[in-house]
Amino acid sequence: MTFTLPAFTPAIPEMFVLGMGCFILLVDVFLSDRHRLVTYWLSLATVAATAWLTVTIAENAGLLTFGDMFVNDSMGNVLKLFTYLTVALTFLYSRDYLTDRNLFKGEFYVLGLFGMLGMMVMISAHNFITIYLGLELLSLSLYAMVALDRDSPAASEAAMKYFVLGAIASGILLYGMSLLYGATGTLDITKLGVHIAEAPEIGIGVTFALGFIIVGLCFKLGAVPFHMWLPDVYEGANTPVTLYVGSAPKIAAFALFMRLLVEGLGGLRAEWRTMLIVLSILSMAIGSIVAIVQTNLKRLLAYSTISHVGYILMGILVGTTAGYQAAMFYVITYVIMAAAAFGIIILLARKGFESDRLEDFKGLNDRSPWFAAMMLIVMFGMAGVPPFVGFFGKLYVLRAVIDAGMTWLAVVGVIFAIISAFYYLKVVKLMYFDRAPEGAKPVAASLDMCWVLSGNGLAILLLGVLPGPLMALCARVINF
Amino acid sequence: MTVTLFDFLALSGVLFAIGMAGVFLNRKNLILLLMCIELMLLAANFNFIAFSRYLNDPAGQVFVFFILTVAAAEAAIGLAILVVLFRNRQSINVEELDSMKG
Repeated sequence: MTFTLPAFTPAIPEMFVLGMGCFILLVDVFLSDRHRLVTYWLSLATVAATAWLTVTIAENAGLLTFGDMFVNDSMGNVLKLFTYLTVALTFLYSRDYLTDRNLFKGEFYVLGLFGMLGMMVMISAHNFITIYLGLELLSLSLYAMVALDRDSPAASEAAMKYFVLGAIASGILLYGMSLLYGATGTLDITKLGVHIAEAPEIGIGVTFALGFIIVGLCFKLGAVPFHMWLPDVYEGANTPVTLYVGSAPKIAAFALFMRLLVEGLGGLRAEWRTMLIVLSILSMAIGSIVAIVQTNLKRLLAYSTISHVGYILMGILVGTTAGYQAAMFYVITYVIMAAAAFGIIILLARKGFESDRLEDFKGLNDRSPWFAAMMLIVMFGMAGVPPFVGFFGKLYVLRAVIDAGMTWLAVVGVIFAIISAFYYLKVVKLMYFDRAPEGAKPVAASLDMCWVLSGNGLAILLLGVLPGPLMALCARVINF
Repeated sequence: MTVTLFDFLALSGVLFAIGMAGVFLNRKNLILLLMCIELMLLAANFNFIAFSRYLNDPAGQVFVFFILTVAAAEAAIGLAILVVLFRNRQSINVEELDSMKG
């Protein structure tokens, strides 16, 4: 019996993160609270080094390894680089917030790194087993992170809801995978795609399995009617955790859609398109309308996420290369905007003051014009006002939809974009035209975080003025 | 009487349905909820094993080992969250998990 070693090169970044995660966990045990910054810097250094490794091995793109379970392609590499960026932003923004609340502990960073590892595995997965393992590694880290603030009743309630609904979603996804395995006899994504393309007719079992898989995926992405966990988790968790949950996992979920639905089940495009159209319209509708009545900004951003998920699904359901590229552009730019939005909430918060109600933003312009300007950029970006990047995200998606001959869907998308503009502009109105309440706390954030936030806000503006390079990048790496 | 693939699939379907129904009908106890989730995962395992035997392909059985391991980790985290929740609220009643709405 012979045994050949698999090629390890394509998975070097993943191995590095795993090793460093365990190393930081160990180092953290021996650190006193005074030296906790070592954990912080080590985690940031790990993310930076992983990005360097990913760029270095990028020439090996298109390589399958570990018995075809793991793929290293250029789409995965680009998505991974943006994942690192958002995870690094999470770590950078949250330092002072966590310190103020006695939560500046190694767990946040170690769980963050393991969650990032889960996302990397999801992005590179090429087999049901790796997809499931990556997804669970991410989800389990997220459940624990939501419950990080052990003494907060809201956080533990949010964690329980997230756990129960997330576990149900995993169960449903798994059940769908098992039916698909039975119908096609393979766990491999490429073989699955070939099998479905060559099958003379699509059996009822495969369609049934497709339904389960779509439900499972949409649970994870947060599309209506599987969105119940999202507002509660966003509101209940600490803002740094909300930032983590609300940003990078969306990129990984997009990769999952590409791998499972497009690569694996691309032959069933007509079937999943109908399902996704319903989910997309519902997400945009519920996300835009329910957000109007929210008084908590984190909850409002949760509903805003749901409506953005509707647009991402819209790009995917088109089923053309242009649609996938637009969806990828949308998801990347959305994640950058979401990071900035939660970053501002984190930086405005003080000890004993969460700054997550809408009224906390009243008269922000009088207290700190710079923060108000940043929030203005984020809100205009999310609403899709030119020249900010959200405009081009929506434009590319809608153009792909129209090119595919579904003009009515584009019209629906535009209508809900206009409705959602209302609550984004409401935040702007509160900041610029309302008076600050008596005794409002002055804004005082660390200088380095202000720099990071400025960079983040300027990125939204710059990408909006020059969307070409990022779109060209998306166009280059997606060629299905 | 021979046991066919169909019988296994029917059993797994029933298990999955019981798990699903349990999650949505149960309004009292969170521990029951965790058990129902476990039942759903086991239904998927049942499917994998039945298909693996039917197709003569060991990959499905390998997957089951991974699912069992992950399910154990999942149960550990779920119970840990349950303990935290009980400490904060002195209750594991599903109906009382309603402090956030809207």
